[in-house]
Formats: sequence, structure tokens, C-alpha cells
Amino acid sequence: MNRYPLWIYIIVACALVLGFTYTLPNFFGESPAVQVSSIKATVKVDSALLARVEEALKAANVVSQGTFLDPNSVKVRLADTDTQLKAKDILSQSLNPDRDNPSYIVALNLLSSSPTWLSAINALPMYLGLDLRGGVHFLLQVDMKAALTKRLENLSGDIRTQLRDKTLRHSGISREANAIVIKFRDADTRAKARKVLEDNQSDLAFTEQDLAADEFRLTATIKPEAVKRTQESALKQNITTLHNRINELGVSEPIIQQQGADRVVVQLPGVQDTAKAKEILGRTATLEIRMVDEENSNPATLVAAQQGQVPFGTELYTERGGSPLLVKKQVVLTGDRLTDAQPGFDSQTREPSVNMTLDGPGARIFKDVTRDNVGKRMAILLIEKGKGEVVTAPVIRSEIGGGRVQISGRMSTTEATDVALLLRAGSLAAPMEIIEERTVGPSLGADNISKGFHSTLWGFIAIAVFMSMYYVLFGLISVLALSSNLLLLVALLSMLQATLTLPGIAAIALTLGMAIDANVLINERIREEIRNGATPQAAIHAGYERAFGTILDSNVTTLIAGLALLVFGSGPIRGFAVVHVLGILTSLFSSVVISRAVVNLSYGSRRRLEKLAIGNTSWK
Amino acid sequence: MEFFKIRKDIPFMRYALVFNVISLLTFLLAVFFLATNGLHYSIEFTGGTVIELAYDHSAEIQKVRGALEKAGYADTSVQNFGSSRDVLIRMPLKSGQSSADLSKKVMETLSAEDKSVQLRRVEFVGPQVGRELAENGALALVVVCLGIMAYLALRFEWRFAVAAIIANLHDVIIILGCFALFQWEFSLPVLAAVLAVLGYSVNESVVIADRVRENFRKMRKAPVTQIIDNAITSTISRTIITHGSTQAMVLSMLLFGGAALHNFALALTIGILFGIYSSVLVMAPIVKWLGVSREQFVVAPKKDKQEAVV
Repeated sequence: MNRYPLWIYIIVACALVLGFTYTLPNFFGESPAVQVSSIKATVKVDSALLARVEEALKAANVVSQGTFLDPNSVKVRLADTDTQLKAKDILSQSLNPDRDNPSYIVALNLLSSSPTWLSAINALPMYLGLDLRGGVHFLLQVDMKAALTKRLENLSGDIRTQLRDKTLRHSGISREANAIVIKFRDADTRAKARKVLEDNQSDLAFTEQDLAADEFRLTATIKPEAVKRTQESALKQNITTLHNRINELGVSEPIIQQQGADRVVVQLPGVQDTAKAKEILGRTATLEIRMVDEENSNPATLVAAQQGQVPFGTELYTERGGSPLLVKKQVVLTGDRLTDAQPGFDSQTREPSVNMTLDGPGARIFKDVTRDNVGKRMAILLIEKGKGEVVTAPVIRSEIGGGRVQISGRMSTTEATDVALLLRAGSLAAPMEIIEERTVGPSLGADNISKGFHSTLWGFIAIAVFMSMYYVLFGLISVLALSSNLLLLVALLSMLQATLTLPGIAAIALTLGMAIDANVLINERIREEIRNGATPQAAIHAGYERAFGTILDSNVTTLIAGLALLVFGSGPIRGFAVVHVLGILTSLFSSVVISRAVVNLSYGSRRRLEKLAIGNTSWK
Repeated sequence: MEFFKIRKDIPFMRYALVFNVISLLTFLLAVFFLATNGLHYSIEFTGGTVIELAYDHSAEIQKVRGALEKAGYADTSVQNFGSSRDVLIRMPLKSGQSSADLSKKVMETLSAEDKSVQLRRVEFVGPQVGRELAENGALALVVVCLGIMAYLALRFEWRFAVAAIIANLHDVIIILGCFALFQWEFSLPVLAAVLAVLGYSVNESVVIADRVRENFRKMRKAPVTQIIDNAITSTISRTIITHGSTQAMVLSMLLFGGAALHNFALALTIGILFGIYSSVLVMAPIVKWLGVSREQFVVAPKKDKQEAVV
């Protein structure tokens, strides 16, 4: 009666083997490494870069313990921290010949030092949270009101242009709170204007008001779905911008995520200089459109300019691809006028292109400038930290009106996507504010790990000693079940790469302390059955059967609490809840199935069983 | 080894009234402290800045406080944290001051006084985050209560559900009362501990409820009081051993977990101790007074099947 079918033993064995394999990487620790990733959207990380990295290290006689290519970076594992620093210097020198304009981020990192076969099956050590490894956590709130105000300003500019184009006279356009108010002198013009605007502005909803005999108002509000779209794109743009900026910090594994409708979480493991991190997050990059100085651009002046003799009123920039370019200092347009940039295709030539959308005033300026400069070149610059880069410098073919600008020619699809991204990501769509910050020093992180580890260890030892004294062999089996619970829990956490925090370690300890309940219930029940005169085999059977209902009920109630924490909790609570919930699931399996399997294996096949090693049961 | 050789049922129910009066008194006392002292919320709830510093010798709190006051930070609290070398500075929210400058300026001020100071941790929480956390915490508490009640009502009987939730909320209020009385800091991990205790001590009630149900089926002639007494007595050894084991773990956290886990472990300790008491001596009498009876459990043919196993 106490025998399991073979398949259950196989499942138990598989679970334990899997558990052991995935727990294994946690024992190997981490070794120093250097990580090379691209800073620019246009520079790709591929096997060519891997070869370059290997070559550079070989040339400098630095022995690497292995190089790895993953989708976003090249990682080099090194023997110790001295070689790590040396390798970092060598790589940043050879990969970024121009110090002021680096193409790659070379960052110090830690790499799991488990054998390659473990990494190959995706067995990685647990992902440690910032409170354990040190670093910075920011929660930023995007000012959505400002994003909408900006959009309304742009729209009122559009309306002004459109009404002027149709020669519809109005007596004033103003933005009031969340609406644009247009005043007219007579109802007839208003009706015409409304018709024109409704045809052109699909994002706006219009209502009419008659205030006085000569004041007829048309109020435009942004439609709810357009409001949502505006906010979503503002958030998306801010995240992209943050990504680009953080890349410059040289952080090995930054996390930038949307949280809720208007928040962004930024986590920078290992960064200690919070002041610098904050400065970079808050910086504004700008896009500028200027004219190329064609009159002064001949080979002679360009060479002179490169030697420092820049003609008056111009600045020297380097184009992508390296050729020098003289650009006028006068700014035609700034990025504030750009509402969107998307990659696309030219409708006639089918060449990849970048489609930019300008706001009303921007469109007007652009129209005037392009009309006057057909056949000349226009430069699009991205200015950051006072340092400019020419993104592209196309030739103007014809007058461009309507605010839709297409850049095409000599671009691949990837390049078009990257340029669009660069243009979009240049600046923040809406201001952001830091509403939560956590900084943890690396020494505190290490302290937290050892404290968490020691609490779990000593608690576990206390329980193990007590259980094996009190319930003898059954106690040992319970301890075995508890250890396998810990093994499975750690394996599961490593497999899911869930973030382990200090409250998470506390949850491991607490879950183990609670999980022993199931085995106590079972063992007490078996003792009771024996005292009531059951045979040992029957007692084991009844003990497990009867205790199971109770164990299930009590675990479900704990699970309800855990899930509620998971759903409503944030920050430290979530870290606790994830481990707690997973722990309840593994403990159900280990305390019932695994312990039963061991009991069945050791007792199940014995026909004449006189006594169970479960402690004193002889009193009545 | 065997600690509990109890041959006769302990007449818990006879003293039920006494225990309930005691419970009521502790409960009222806890509510009183909560009302008068209030909880000492951490900056996670109130908003503000916490800066943890480490010196390489024992820190002179007075000097740190003096230096900060001189630099114009009036409302700060400075205290040791964990060891004499670690210092925790708490600063309230001030409008118009960004967290970036604050931690930097504090560090500048203090390292001018003493070069060995090291920044261990900065935590800044804006006011809107704090309010949300408090709201979510309260919401979680409500959801946990409702969820557990619904499950127990489904698996057992509504009387058990009501009794279990009253018993366990009584635990929660007492934990909060202790935190109010001693003005221990109530932080997010403490909230997590309180909710975990809620789930955990319901276990206790479940185990007893399970036994009561079983006894109703097995002990056909026994009166309700005896059934409950027997259920509690026969599970008491399990109750104490389980709680002892969990407490061993929590104690280990209290001893080795350092300052970061201290209040978390403290909340669990109180929760575990009162968890035993409340499930045994609060839940059971309430179940009885709510009028639990054999008819509610002995239904249908399932009973015969149960008997056959024995």
C-alpha cells in the first residue's frame, strides 16, 4: 500500500536533478569581465566586433578566459580584477580611437563563472536585486500635463496656419486649460472654419458657443483616444531618450521600464555616482536643422577649416562616414518643432526614408527655407553636451510644405530606422521628476547577502537538529524534504531570473520555517495512528492521506495572502511576495510528494514491519 | 522524544469566556495605543529621505547632528543603526528641494567634519509614492481577508470563516498595537510580515477546523464542547512544534539578519506567538458561539467512506 508507481519516482528524480542543475551556477560565483556594447543605434554588435575585441586583446598580450557574443554586447571573461582593468583600458583605446566621440561602451561587469555547458542550457545564478549588489534605483514620473500642453500648443499653431491658408478670419486663438478657443465675429465663418478643421484635425473634437452678438466661439479639445496616444508616445519617447543617455554611463545591465501609465523605473546596478547619473538623466539633447555653407565648401577651405581656420559664421562638423562639412551657425529649426519621426519608404523610388512631422510654425519655416534653397544641402544635427553630430545632410530637391519632411537617399532600411530613432530620441517629450530613489553601496549589498544567508542557515540548522531528534528517521526524511524544497526554490528563482532582494531572502527563510508545518502534521498524524493501534504500514498511509487535506487548505490560505502581496505590493514587498508564492508551491511538492517517495522507498517494500522510527509512540 | 503526553482532553472551552475577555482587553489596548500613539511610519509611507552612513570608528551622533543643524537641516533625526559605526539620518520632505542635491550636500557637510564617512544607502520617496503605498497596503489587507474568508467558507462553513478572520485580525491589530506602543518603525517589509502572518496563522485555524469537522463525523455522540476540546488537544503538539520551528527561523533572522530585517522579524515573532493563542483560544469559542453543529458537517454518503478507512 505504500508504494508509488514508477512514474512518480521518475518525476521526483527529474525534479531533483533539474533542481540541482539549475542551483549549481549559484555556487560558482562570478568572475570579472569586460562588456563592450554599442553606444550608437547605427553601430552594430556582431561577430566582426568580437574578432576585433579578440585581436586587440591578443595584440596587448592579455589572456582572456573566453569571449562571448550576445545580441547586445560582447563579453570577455578575465582571470582577475587587475587584468579586467587592463583589458578595459586596452579595449576602450582600440575601439574608440576618437575619445570625444566614442562608438562603444566598455564597461566592467561580472560574468557567471559556471562552466559553459551550464550557461548553454540557460542555467544562470539568481539575479540579485540592487539592495544585494549595490546600485541606484530611480522612479521617474512623466509630467503628462506638460506633454498635453505641448501638444495643444502645436495644434493651435496648426489651426492658425490652416485658417490663414483658407483666408478664414478669426479674432484670436488661445489655449485655455485643456482646450483651444478660437473666436469668430460671425457664425457663418465659424461654420466654415469648423468644416475645414474637422477635415484636417482628426485628433480634435469641436464644440460651439455663442457668447455675445459679435463673439462666436469654437472650442477644440483633444479626443480621449488622442490624449491616450499622446501620453503613450510621450512615455515611449522618454524611455528611448533615457536608454540613449544611460548608455553613456557605461552601465553593464541597466533596466529601464515603464511602470503604470506615467512612470518609468530606471535601475543602474553598480553605479555609485548618483549625482552624475541624475545629471545625465535630466539632461536635454536638442535637434537642430541648419544650412550647409555651400559657398565656402571647396576642398581648400575644408582642409583649412580642419586645421582650425573655420570661415566666419560657420562651424565644422564631421559627417557620418568621416567627410568634413561646414555648417552655418544660424539655426533654421530646433527639435521642439519636430513632433514625430518614423522610418518608411519613398513613394516613388521605393528607397528607405525617414518621415518627419513638424508642427505648424515649424512647417511654415521649413516651407520658406526649402523654397529659397532648392538644390542646396541642409544638415540635421543632434547637439548633446554642446557637442554636435551631423545625423544626415540631404540635398533639398523641392519646396516642402505641410510639415511632412522626408529624408531619403543612400540609406539602408536599418539606417533609416536608426536615424528616425535618433531624431525621436534626441529630447524628452515631457519633463520628468524623480519621485523615488534608492542608492545602495556595494559594501552594504555584500553585508545584506551574508546576513540573509546566515539567518537562513542557522534557522535551517536549528530546525534540522530538532526534527531529527524528535521524529528520528521520519525527522531526517522531513529535513531531506525541506532541503529539497530549498533546492527547488533556488533553482526556480534562478530559472525564472526573478530578482532576489533582501526581503526575498527573508521570504526564503520564512517559507522554509512554514514549510516544515506540513511534515510536522504528517509525522504527528502517523504517531497518532500508531497509538490508536494501526499497523505501521497503515499508519504511514493514513498519516499522509489525512494530513494532505489539512496541508492543502493551509497552503491555499497562505497562497491567497502571498498573491495579494504580489498584486498590490511594490518594491520590497513584491520581492518578498514572489519568493513567498514560489516557496509555497515548491513546499507543497517537496513536503508531500518527495518525503512520501522517500518513506515509500525505505518502508514500502517491507512486509513485516514491526516498528517505525518516528520517536516514542508507546504511551497510551 | 515526545513532549506532549496528554491523555485526557484539556477543557479549553470551559475557560473560553476568560480567554475571550483577555483577548478583548489586549485588543482594546492595542487599538488604544494605535489611536493615541499612532504608528511610526517609515519614509516609504510618509515621503522623505533616509541616508545611511558608515564611519570606520564609532560615530559621534551629537557631532553629526550639530554639523547638520549648522548646515541648515533642522528637522533631521540622527541615530545609530545596527552598530555604533553606522548612522541613519532621516529627513522629512521639503518642497522645492530635490533628492539629488540633498544627499550630495549632506555628504559634503559631513565629510568636511570627518573624512572617514562613507555613504551606504540613500532612499528618497516622494509624497505621491507614499500615499499610494499606504493605499495599496490597506487594499492588500482587505483582499487577503476576503480571499481567505471566501476560501474557508467554501471548504468548511461560514462560521469557521468568520471566526478565523476575527481571530487573525485580532493578531494583526495586536502586532500594530505593539508597533504603536514601542514606536518601532513601520516599514514596507513590516507590512509584508503582517500580511504573511495573516496567511500563516490562518493555517492554525484551518488545522483545528479540519479536526473539528473530522470529529463531528467520528465522535457521533459527543457534545460540541468536547469535540472542540478534543480537536485542540490532539493538534496541540503539532501547533507548538510547527510554531516553534517557524519561530526558530524568525529568531535566527532576528539575531543574524541585522538592522534591515530586525523589525520584519519582530513583527513575525509577535504574530507567531499571538497566532497560537488566537487560533486556539479565540477562534474556537467564536465558532462555538456562532452555533456550529453536527448537522452542518455530516451530510451525505461521504461520511461512510471516511469511516471505512479507519
